[in-house]
Amino acid sequence: MIALIVRRGIQLVFLLLGISFLVFSSMYIAPGDPATMVGGPTATESDLEAIRDNLGLNDPFLVQYGKYLKNAAQGDFGYSYQTKQTVSEAIAVRFPNTLKLAIASMIVAVIIGIFAGLISALKHNSWLDVTSTTFALAGISIPNFWLGALLILVFAVNLQWLPVGGLSDPFYTVEGLKQLVLPAITLGTGSAAMIARMARSSMLEVIKADYVRTARAKGVKERNVIWIHTLKNAMIPVITVIGLNFGFLLGGTIITEKVFAINGVGRLMIDSIAMRDFPMVQGSVLLVATLFVVVNLIVDIVYTFIDPRISYD
Amino acid sequence: MTNAVLTTDLKTSVVKKKEKVYVTTLKRLLKNKLAVAGMVIIILQIGMAIFAPVISTHDPIHQNLVKSELPMFSENHWLGTDNYGRDVWSRIVYGARISLLVGITAVSLGLLGGVTLGLLGGYYKKLDGIIMRIVDLLFSFPGILLAMLIIAILGTNLVNVAIAISIWSIPTCARIVRGSVLSIKQKEYIMAMKSLGASDFRIMIRHILPNAMAPIIVFATMRMATAILSTASLSYLGLGAQPPTPEWGAMIAVGQNYMWTSPHLTIIPGIAIMLTVFAFNVVGDGLRDALDPNMDIN
Repeated sequence: MIALIVRRGIQLVFLLLGISFLVFSSMYIAPGDPATMVGGPTATESDLEAIRDNLGLNDPFLVQYGKYLKNAAQGDFGYSYQTKQTVSEAIAVRFPNTLKLAIASMIVAVIIGIFAGLISALKHNSWLDVTSTTFALAGISIPNFWLGALLILVFAVNLQWLPVGGLSDPFYTVEGLKQLVLPAITLGTGSAAMIARMARSSMLEVIKADYVRTARAKGVKERNVIWIHTLKNAMIPVITVIGLNFGFLLGGTIITEKVFAINGVGRLMIDSIAMRDFPMVQGSVLLVATLFVVVNLIVDIVYTFIDPRISYD
Repeated sequence: MTNAVLTTDLKTSVVKKKEKVYVTTLKRLLKNKLAVAGMVIIILQIGMAIFAPVISTHDPIHQNLVKSELPMFSENHWLGTDNYGRDVWSRIVYGARISLLVGITAVSLGLLGGVTLGLLGGYYKKLDGIIMRIVDLLFSFPGILLAMLIIAILGTNLVNVAIAISIWSIPTCARIVRGSVLSIKQKEYIMAMKSLGASDFRIMIRHILPNAMAPIIVFATMRMATAILSTASLSYLGLGAQPPTPEWGAMIAVGQNYMWTSPHLTIIPGIAIMLTVFAFNVVGDGLRDALDPNMDIN
C-alpha cells in the first residue's frame, strides 16, 4: 500500500509539472502583449520595454517557465493585469465558495443517485424503475445552466422560498444553507443521474450473483440479503463513479457560479478569460486541474482499501 | 483462373457478411423504442437544419423593437419574440443548424485526432508511451476547463469552440481506439497480412480500423450529445457564439435577464437543447447495445 502511494505520488509530481507546462505555454503563445495590458493604452514604448524587463518577458521561454515554477512553488502566481491584485489572494478569497458548492453538490448527487438507483433495482421493471430511469436519462441530458435558471424561476421568483443567488453567508447558518440549495441541486443533478444509472446496473448484477442465491437458499432474511450481502458489493463501482464525479463537479462549478452569481474561482476564470487577464487564468486553471488530479489519486487509493481485489500493479 | 474465382467468392462472402452485420445492428436498434424516438428527433433536427430558410417564418436576426417580448402564440410569432423583437421560432430553427454544424465539426476533428493517435499508439509500441502520456495530461483537466483554456488562447467564437471541444474529445477517443487496436493486432488475420508483406499503413487503415469501428461509432454518437451541450454551455458563458447569432445557449443567457417578464425566452431554447442531447444519448446507448454481439436479437 505504501509503495502504491509513493509510486502514485511520484507520478502526480510529473503530472503536475506537465499541467503547469501546458498552462504556462498556452498563455505564452496566446496573442496579446502583457506589457500593453499592464501599462495601459497611454504607455510609451520605453514604458512598455521597462515593464517587459520588470516582468521578465524578454527572457527565453524556459527561463520564464522556470521562474514561474519557482514562484508558484512558493505560492506566488503573479498578479492580475487588470486589478493588480495578487492571483493567490484573489483565488484564496473565492476558493471556499467553489469548494462549498462542489461538496454540497456531491452530497445532493450521492443521496439522490444512490436512493434512485437502489429503488430502481429493487423494484425492477416497476413504475418506480421506469420513473427513476427516465429521471436519470433526463438528468444526463439537461443543461445545468438551464436547470439553474428554471429553479430560480420557480423557487426564487414565483414561490420565493429560496434566495436567487450568492453564497455570501456562512454555510452553517440557515440563510447560508438556503443559498446553497438551488446551486447544489443544479450542479448535482447530472452526477446524481450518472450515480443512479451505475447503482441500478451494479445492484441488478450483484442480485443475480451466486452467493446472493446461496444466501437466499440458506434462508437469510431478504432484508439482510439486500443490506449485508448485496449492497456492500454493489457499491464498489458506484464509489468509482462518485470519485470521478467529484473531479468533474469541480469543473462544473464554473457554469453554476455564473448562473447563481457566486463569487468563486470559476467565475473569476470566466471574467479573466473575457478580459484576457492571463496570470489570473493561469492560476485558476492550475488550481482546478491540480485539485482534479489530486482527487482522482485519492479515489484510486481509497479503492484499494474498499476492495482488496483491486490492484494497480 | 481458379484463384480469381476464389478471390471473387471471398470478396462476395465478406460483403455479404458485412451487410448482415449492418442489418442485424439496425434490427436490434429498431427494437429499442427509446433509440427509435431518439432517431426520430435527430432526423427532425437535421431536417430543421437543412430546410431552415423554408421552415423559419422570419429572419432570425431581424430586430423589430415594436414587437419585443411578445408572448407565445402571438399573431405571426407562435413562439413569441425576444427582447429585440426577433422571432423565437426562427432563431430556434437556425439554432439547430448551428448546434449540428458545431457538433459535427467538433466530433469529426476529435475523431481525426483521436483515431490517429489511438491507431499509432496501439500499433507502434515505441510511440505508445509518449502518446499515452500526452493523453494522460489532457485527461488531467476537466473537459470544460480544457475547452476554456483553449478558447482563452484562440479567442471567443464558434469556430474556436468547435476546435476546443474537438481537442477535449481526443484523449477519450485515443484510449478507446488504442484498446481496440491492441486486441485486434494480435489476431491471426493481421499476422497473416504482415507475413504477406502488407505495409503498416495498409494494415492499420484497411484491416484494423474497420474492425475497431463499433466503439468509435458509439463514441461519436455520445460525443455529439456532449459537443452540443458544451457548445451551448460555452455560449451561455459568453465564450462561444456572439450576438446576434441564434445559438441556443446564448439565447438562454439573454433570456435569463427577462425571466420575470418573458420566461419562454429561457424555457424554449432549453427544451431544444435537452431534446437534442437526450436524442443523441439514447441513440448512443441503443447503438452500444445493438453492436454488442452478446445481445440476443430476439
